[in-house]
Amino acid sequence: MLGPAISAYLVVSVILFVTGAIGVLVRRSPLIVLLALEIMLNAANLALIAFARHHGDGAGQIFALTVMVVAASEAVVGLGLIVAMSRKRVELDVDKLDSLRG
Amino acid sequence: MILAATAGNVLTWIVWVVAACALLSSGFAVILFSNPFFSALSLIGNLGSLAVLYLLLSAEFVAAAQVLVYAGAVMVMFLFVIAYLGGRADVPFAGGRAFGKLAALVAGGAILVEIVVVIALQAGGKLSTSAEVTGAFGSPREIGRLFLSDHLLAFEVTSIILLVAAVGGVILGSAARRGEDEEQGEGSR
Repeated sequence: MLGPAISAYLVVSVILFVTGAIGVLVRRSPLIVLLALEIMLNAANLALIAFARHHGDGAGQIFALTVMVVAASEAVVGLGLIVAMSRKRVELDVDKLDSLRG
Repeated sequence: MILAATAGNVLTWIVWVVAACALLSSGFAVILFSNPFFSALSLIGNLGSLAVLYLLLSAEFVAAAQVLVYAGAVMVMFLFVIAYLGGRADVPFAGGRAFGKLAALVAGGAILVEIVVVIALQAGGKLSTSAEVTGAFGSPREIGRLFLSDHLLAFEVTSIILLVAAVGGVILGSAARRGEDEEQGEGSR
């Protein structure tokens, strides 16, 4: 295999995952939280595809494509919630969203 | 022949280093920008450099799907919502207590250490040599064959998930419009 070994890809994937996790914990805007969630899902995808290449087995790529579909669905529902919140004049701040009936 | 292989290896390393640096820096940029529009734009760069890494891992179909589905469709949706919200989406950063931010960083570092230790313990020496793959690995033909034979259930469940998400999006949108109408009705009364 040309280029770096699988472990290098895994290191990049772990750093990216932790970046996303810190983003979810630190940021307050629900939009940025969604973007950070996408980063975490993509880091997991990178690890899946690296392991698929490592074992020479296509199942990891199938899993990555399925994760992509789940991420797209999550983005649709999350953005729908954000638009609904803004239309109901709820403040877009995850620290202040603490009740189910707003 | 050996020279050609070495040149290819050096080229692959250069592409890898550039893509990995772009990936990590755009990832940091997503969570550091206070303007969500710039965050979304750097996420597009993040997804693009991720597609380059997928190509290096001979996952051509996944790389193409990544660029089309993510950088194309999903990010356009994000940018539309950010443009719709305008200035209301700009909540700068974690406010409140400072130890909250510190605790988040500590938790992130703990996850980092945990994952690295577990992978190193479980798979330390096994990761240096990878299996040899043929040119068909990761091609659309191979992915399609796997999806319609070994992983048919995943394929079908995927379509149900997409249907549920579409219905959910429509319901959330119409509920939001109803709420807005009621509010405007109350305001005019």
